[in-house]
Amino acid sequence: MTDSHSGPFIAAIDQGTTSSRCIIFDRDGRIVAVDQKEHAQIFPKPGWVEHDAAEIWRNVQEVVAGAMVKAGAGREDILAIGITNQRETTMLWDKRTGEPVHNAIVWQDTRTDVLCKQLGGDAGQDRWRAETGLPLAAYFAGPKIAWLLDNVEGLRARAEAGDLLFGTMDSWVVWNLTGGVNGGVHVTDVTNASRTLLMNLENLSWNEDIAAEMGVPLQVLPEIRSSAEVYGTVTGGSLGSLLAGVPVASALGDQQAALFGQTCFGVGEAKSTYGTGTFMLMNTGEKLIHSESGLLTTVGYRIGEQDPVYALEGSIAVTGSLVQWMRDQMGLISTAAEIETLALSVEDNGGAYFVPAFSGLFAPYWRSDARGVIAGLTRYVTKAHIARAVLEATAWQTREITDAMTKDSGVELSALKVDGGMTSNNLLMQFLADVLDAPVVRPMVAETTCLGAAYAAGLAVGFWNSTEDLRANWRRAAEWTPAMDSDLRDREYKNWLKAVERTMGWLED
Amino acid sequence: MAKNIQSLERAAAMLRLLAGGERRLGLSDIASSLGLAKATAHGILRTLQHEGFVEQDPGSGRYQLGAELLRLGTTYLDVHELRARALVWTDDLARSGGEAVYLGVVHQQGVLIVHHVFRPDDSRQVLEVGAMQPMHSTALGKVLTAFDPVAHAELVEAEREAFTARTLTDLPEIERVLERTRAQGYATDLDETWEGVASVAAPIFDRHRLPVGAVGITGAVERVCRDGDLRPELVAAVRDTARSVSRDLGAKPF
Repeated sequence: MTDSHSGPFIAAIDQGTTSSRCIIFDRDGRIVAVDQKEHAQIFPKPGWVEHDAAEIWRNVQEVVAGAMVKAGAGREDILAIGITNQRETTMLWDKRTGEPVHNAIVWQDTRTDVLCKQLGGDAGQDRWRAETGLPLAAYFAGPKIAWLLDNVEGLRARAEAGDLLFGTMDSWVVWNLTGGVNGGVHVTDVTNASRTLLMNLENLSWNEDIAAEMGVPLQVLPEIRSSAEVYGTVTGGSLGSLLAGVPVASALGDQQAALFGQTCFGVGEAKSTYGTGTFMLMNTGEKLIHSESGLLTTVGYRIGEQDPVYALEGSIAVTGSLVQWMRDQMGLISTAAEIETLALSVEDNGGAYFVPAFSGLFAPYWRSDARGVIAGLTRYVTKAHIARAVLEATAWQTREITDAMTKDSGVELSALKVDGGMTSNNLLMQFLADVLDAPVVRPMVAETTCLGAAYAAGLAVGFWNSTEDLRANWRRAAEWTPAMDSDLRDREYKNWLKAVERTMGWLED
Repeated sequence: MAKNIQSLERAAAMLRLLAGGERRLGLSDIASSLGLAKATAHGILRTLQHEGFVEQDPGSGRYQLGAELLRLGTTYLDVHELRARALVWTDDLARSGGEAVYLGVVHQQGVLIVHHVFRPDDSRQVLEVGAMQPMHSTALGKVLTAFDPVAHAELVEAEREAFTARTLTDLPEIERVLERTRAQGYATDLDETWEGVASVAAPIFDRHRLPVGAVGITGAVERVCRDGDLRPELVAAVRDTARSVSRDLGAKPF
């Protein structure tokens, strides 16, 4: 047993969509202490979602202090602090007062839909895809900045006068940690910057033309830095006394942090995080791959002065939330875990396929006119078959993204590393291995996002020497091996694709 | 014919009354409907309230059926729920103990493995979720039999095979082991199921203190034993894990 609670440790802050957490890790990558606090979700109008950034910063300070107490750790035990964050959530603050000038606009917020359409003009949503790797969609930060400047009185003038700073949550946390109004550093990392629609993927610098088109003054933008390097040290504020002088040494968007925490350092290595939605990222190495299949191109991470590592990203809008839908809207199960019990009461899907295109089809189709379909219904089908179809939908959607990644990158998936809540579903994980025809592997540390931020910070300060050190920490908790007959797999995939086809064109406009 | 217990009959009548058309009733309504003195009715209601079968509206003071009653019919814990709740803790146990971790529940006459965490080394291992283990010789089985009367009844009925020279098959002997298991709160298996393999397991309880499963760690005797018995720090780690999962399931600290 090696259960000792003395340092050295790395602290990771996870500023997420619903809560802020701090996890303290030891050298083996094991969790020493966790503290967490939720913040308010603000819904001013349908489709709008905001966060109070001042509340978030208060919570971040509390959870860092809380985790330190739980770990029984002092300043000398913490070698560095790393940050991972909800991506794309956008805020502006006054650099003289340190006060946010408006609530942060959260990534799910759709208020910039119309603006994105206007910006796309005749070229459409792929207008800046070549430069930024992204389609013009409401998620991304750049148009959210423009919206704030154009819709909140006085902001544009203040921005042009150089009084305002823009940041995603990483920038806000780093600026505050490193002193805020008293010399806080205004930076973002390459992964967060790659979600703004404002950064050139090629040279990792702000694209002045796009910024001008979008109406974003360059002076609000932070300096783009590596994901793993010392940005500054903790200074002042309520954490000043607790952690003064500790280096702030990493920042990564949450999905990229998970890629890092899963130690997907090699070309072709991929991770998939199964939550309410699913995010799959594949490391494509130093090669920037422009997707022909509707995937996003993004920066995976950049360590210090090394070359950046790029990634392809595919997201599935509805996975865990389909199980929740079965529970809350259909009432067929009383807890999410029961979906497995219900699904296991039958041998197969009974011919039923469930395509949860609740708000259209995402990668690789991008069809907003699609809506959900349950296909193949007969008198024979029971709720248990539907439960199977629900789980299978998550696996087939993963297969479609995997196929797109293989097509774009030319790299076959050797194994899929998984994390997130749905990995406790054994039936789903086995089915996933079956339809991917590749092993599915779950790591022993479920907190891959925080671990990724800790790893990057630890690399920056020399706590770990290389990515090989980190790989040595990776432990397999479970592995599911493909066991499906290939004829059956092909037949089922064909049926799934037929069902997908039937979702398209439902909306007519 | 034995005389029925009057207070239970009255309690049943009260529940039927509250389940009827009028959802919430005051004390005097209940007492008069059933022809009881107010003090008697109040005593029974308080007992039912304590058990969660009846709830009192804080505003009006009226009584209604309690949530507990609704849960009674579906009180069993879904094994997949158990796995989801245990996931983090069992990962920790495998990591700190350095050995494979298993979560088992009673199923027919054996232990059904519902969750398995690999030993944290780079060796090839096969996921054993869905496999069955014997009840009388494994640590998981002994713990379940010691704490769960249903499992105990199964054990008595079942055929008890001798897998190794150390397997106990004689019922009185097993009963003595189960008694010790109940007293110490955990069970071990030393070469009793597989030669050279030892394990230790502890019970997981739900919020009613009912045993819903067992968690255990298993490994080669050379690694997990010292001086002919399971290493005490492994025993402690397994019991800590069982307590943590139980706490997550709503069991009171114990």
